[in-house]
Amino acid sequence: MKIKNNIAVSESGFVFDPSTGESFTLNKTGQEIISLVKQGLDYEQILNSLLANYGGEKPLYERYLVEFFEELRNFNLLEE
Amino acid sequence: MNQQFERPTIKKLNPGMPSKHGMAPSFKPLSAIDGVDVESMLAQYGSPLYIYSEQTIRRTVKQFKQAFQMRYPKVQLAWSYKTNYLSAVCRIFHQEGSLAEVVSGFEYQKAIDMGVSGEHILFNGPDKSEADLELAARNGSFIHIDHFDELFTLAQICEKKNIEANVAIRVNMDIGIYPRWDRFGFNYENGEAWEALNRIMLNPKLNLVGLHTHIGTYMMTADAYRIAALKLTDLAVNVDKKYGHAIKYIDMGGGFASKNTLRGAYLSGEDTTPSFDEYAEAITTAIISSQIKPANMPLLILETGRALIDDAGYIAGTVLANKRLSDGNRATILDVGVNLLFTAFWYDHKIQPTRYIAGNPEETTLYGPLCMNIDVIRYSMQFPPLKRGDHFVISRVGAYNNTQWMQFITLRPNVVLIDTNGQTGVIRKAENLDSITMHEEVPEHLKNFNL
Amino acid sequence: MAAKHNITVGVTGLNNIDSPGPGIPVIRGLKESDFFEVRVIGLAYETLEPGIYMSDLVDKTYMIPYPSEGKEALYTRIAQIQAIEHMDVIIPNFDAELYSFIRLEPELKRIGICTFLPTLTQFEERHKANLPEYGKKYTVNVPKSIEVTNPSQFEKAVKELKLPLVVKGKYYDAYIAHEKSQIEGYFNKLSAKWGLPIILQQFIKGTEVNVIALGDGTGQTIAAVPMRKQYITDKGKAWGGITLADDAMLNLTKSIMTQTKWRGGMELELVRDANGKLFLIEINPRIPAWVYLAVGAGQNIPEALVKLALDIDVAPYQHYDVGKMFIRYSYDMIVGIDKFEQLTMTGEL
Repeated sequence: MKIKNNIAVSESGFVFDPSTGESFTLNKTGQEIISLVKQGLDYEQILNSLLANYGGEKPLYERYLVEFFEELRNFNLLEE
Repeated sequence: MNQQFERPTIKKLNPGMPSKHGMAPSFKPLSAIDGVDVESMLAQYGSPLYIYSEQTIRRTVKQFKQAFQMRYPKVQLAWSYKTNYLSAVCRIFHQEGSLAEVVSGFEYQKAIDMGVSGEHILFNGPDKSEADLELAARNGSFIHIDHFDELFTLAQICEKKNIEANVAIRVNMDIGIYPRWDRFGFNYENGEAWEALNRIMLNPKLNLVGLHTHIGTYMMTADAYRIAALKLTDLAVNVDKKYGHAIKYIDMGGGFASKNTLRGAYLSGEDTTPSFDEYAEAITTAIISSQIKPANMPLLILETGRALIDDAGYIAGTVLANKRLSDGNRATILDVGVNLLFTAFWYDHKIQPTRYIAGNPEETTLYGPLCMNIDVIRYSMQFPPLKRGDHFVISRVGAYNNTQWMQFITLRPNVVLIDTNGQTGVIRKAENLDSITMHEEVPEHLKNFNL
Repeated sequence: MAAKHNITVGVTGLNNIDSPGPGIPVIRGLKESDFFEVRVIGLAYETLEPGIYMSDLVDKTYMIPYPSEGKEALYTRIAQIQAIEHMDVIIPNFDAELYSFIRLEPELKRIGICTFLPTLTQFEERHKANLPEYGKKYTVNVPKSIEVTNPSQFEKAVKELKLPLVVKGKYYDAYIAHEKSQIEGYFNKLSAKWGLPIILQQFIKGTEVNVIALGDGTGQTIAAVPMRKQYITDKGKAWGGITLADDAMLNLTKSIMTQTKWRGGMELELVRDANGKLFLIEINPRIPAWVYLAVGAGQNIPEALVKLALDIDVAPYQHYDVGKMFIRYSYDMIVGIDKFEQLTMTGEL
């Protein structure tokens, strides 16, 4: 899984897709996940990182993560 | 250290432009009520689901009382059962010190059954049977007489059974507001109210204790109450003059608007509805500045229903389907219909998704699930593209929906209460087939059939 | 020249697009004041309102919530901004926000923000639906109007008003029906959007003329400039206009001001029929977008309004230049996405 490499993500959580001209905003967790993806972590590793940071149960994060990636895919921000 | 986890979100920016008149609506999701996750409640209790916030009820009652008590020394609330007679809801009001205000024999029985004693019940309405009247008189309840037939009936009962009754009359009047509610009570302007008061004063079995009015519903101007209060105090002064009898209470009824937006209204009800302070100012000023002697200042009773409970009630539900109508407009079908949301007939209810929905909002008609053309929750609103299975919450539904709901085609769902500790519990169980069939009788010859 | 008074003024309506809001013209008036040195705080609802990016006119912009979110949300945000900016005055310029600002007047005053707005009664009374009563009360000619709530009433209305007639929504929008069959279509369209009743109004054939005016709340007219639109866009907006010498229009304005004790800016929309008779079509309860024409003609209405808001004595304007014209133009600004990003992410620019 990869974020399209021309996508600009700023520190404030602002996302700009130069190929479509669309812009987006991320919340704090969204930003964190995007930066993990950019570091090259895979799905499992991201899940583990969230678990390590926030504690709790895996299925909860899975649900949110799947949804979040689904949204990124809908917005055409992922390299398939 | 573990931080608080927040659901990751990405939101597409859809820059728009404010128009001269049509301001962009808000699509802020409502994901939790009193800190309790709406989707979890739907998962636990089923969809659709009525949700009440105990905290909101108690807070609203306190604010309301404060608005009146800081302006007038003697104030008493009476909970309007017809607005919402779920037992748990009534009990919260009684715990907050409200009397019971009932308008039928059934409501009267319900109050008694819950442990409200007779002398804490105000009995309103045009339909009180002879048995109702006798019971209310014996219990020391306050009977608010609606018409001369009732006055004569009650007088006869008291005479025949040798009992006394505490009574007030309901007065209707011209307060410059239309429609005029002159179908209830005795008219002020034509002298009917004064005549009724004389008849009561001359009857030793009837103790005149109060004067009551209820000027209408959803009154958007507080001033109407000032005029009504003036006319009631005028009657009180005249009774005192003629009979040396002090009226114990003035009951201004209800009718205060909630913050819902009426259908077709342009500005949001959140802004146009008078505040409790405005209503309180109008009413108390009229009473204080009246000619009633200071020693006889009456107790001020308020039977406010809607404005005290509307905000505390929600109905959450699920999107069943989306379709395009023949004119190209989008329609979304919800599992909440007018059977559960009677108030959709007169409000443009506020409807929010339970989570942020990506995609452009669009002019949408929101239908309920019933097979009837009138089952429309919103004729037209800018609404984000919810998918089948997505959830939504409709706010400010606490008044009238659990008393005027219909068991049509389908069964009525669970009603839950979020208590002040954030715990949820069912306060009215979802109906099942038995709830409906248990009252039916099947004649012998209809028991069998062969298809 | 005496030193100018430094003040900070919040202004909404920065949507200087093809159907412009009054914000930018108001700001131009303020910036040209000889009396005030004005720091302008833009208050914007949407991230693309052009005024936000006009840094020579707007010193700083903050995003504020739409009035439909309720006046509490609006107040909370303004209080936040006030803690940083110490605004002396706010001039709201959208119809839809006026109600909220009028109701927030005492709260805003408490945190040091003055406004100069019509009273709630004045605001309500001039609503389109109340126009016939308004005409009667203040003896102003208004077109005959009939409120209708269902199509069965059309027949009688047409007999009385004659065709063509104007079909108007309760708050906004109007269509001209030339044939009876068109009325029902417009009726349905308008009632779906704005609710009932619908107003059927006599169509007055003639020239559309307007007056911009400022009342001090005691009945005095502080400023008044009549104008005729020379070119009207397909959206019904003036693209060019010219100031007129017209005593009848000024007298009508003054008469309305005296009787209603109007407080704040207003625009009268009038039609002069073939016989020269003036009919009042509508009263806009705020400064219109063409206010800069009045400034150019010698009456700085935004400046005078700020003085009134701050309780500074203002002598009524006695003069304006006749034959001054405005011609609107549009202009493309070039903006880096960093600005858009900053505004989006922080709500300020």
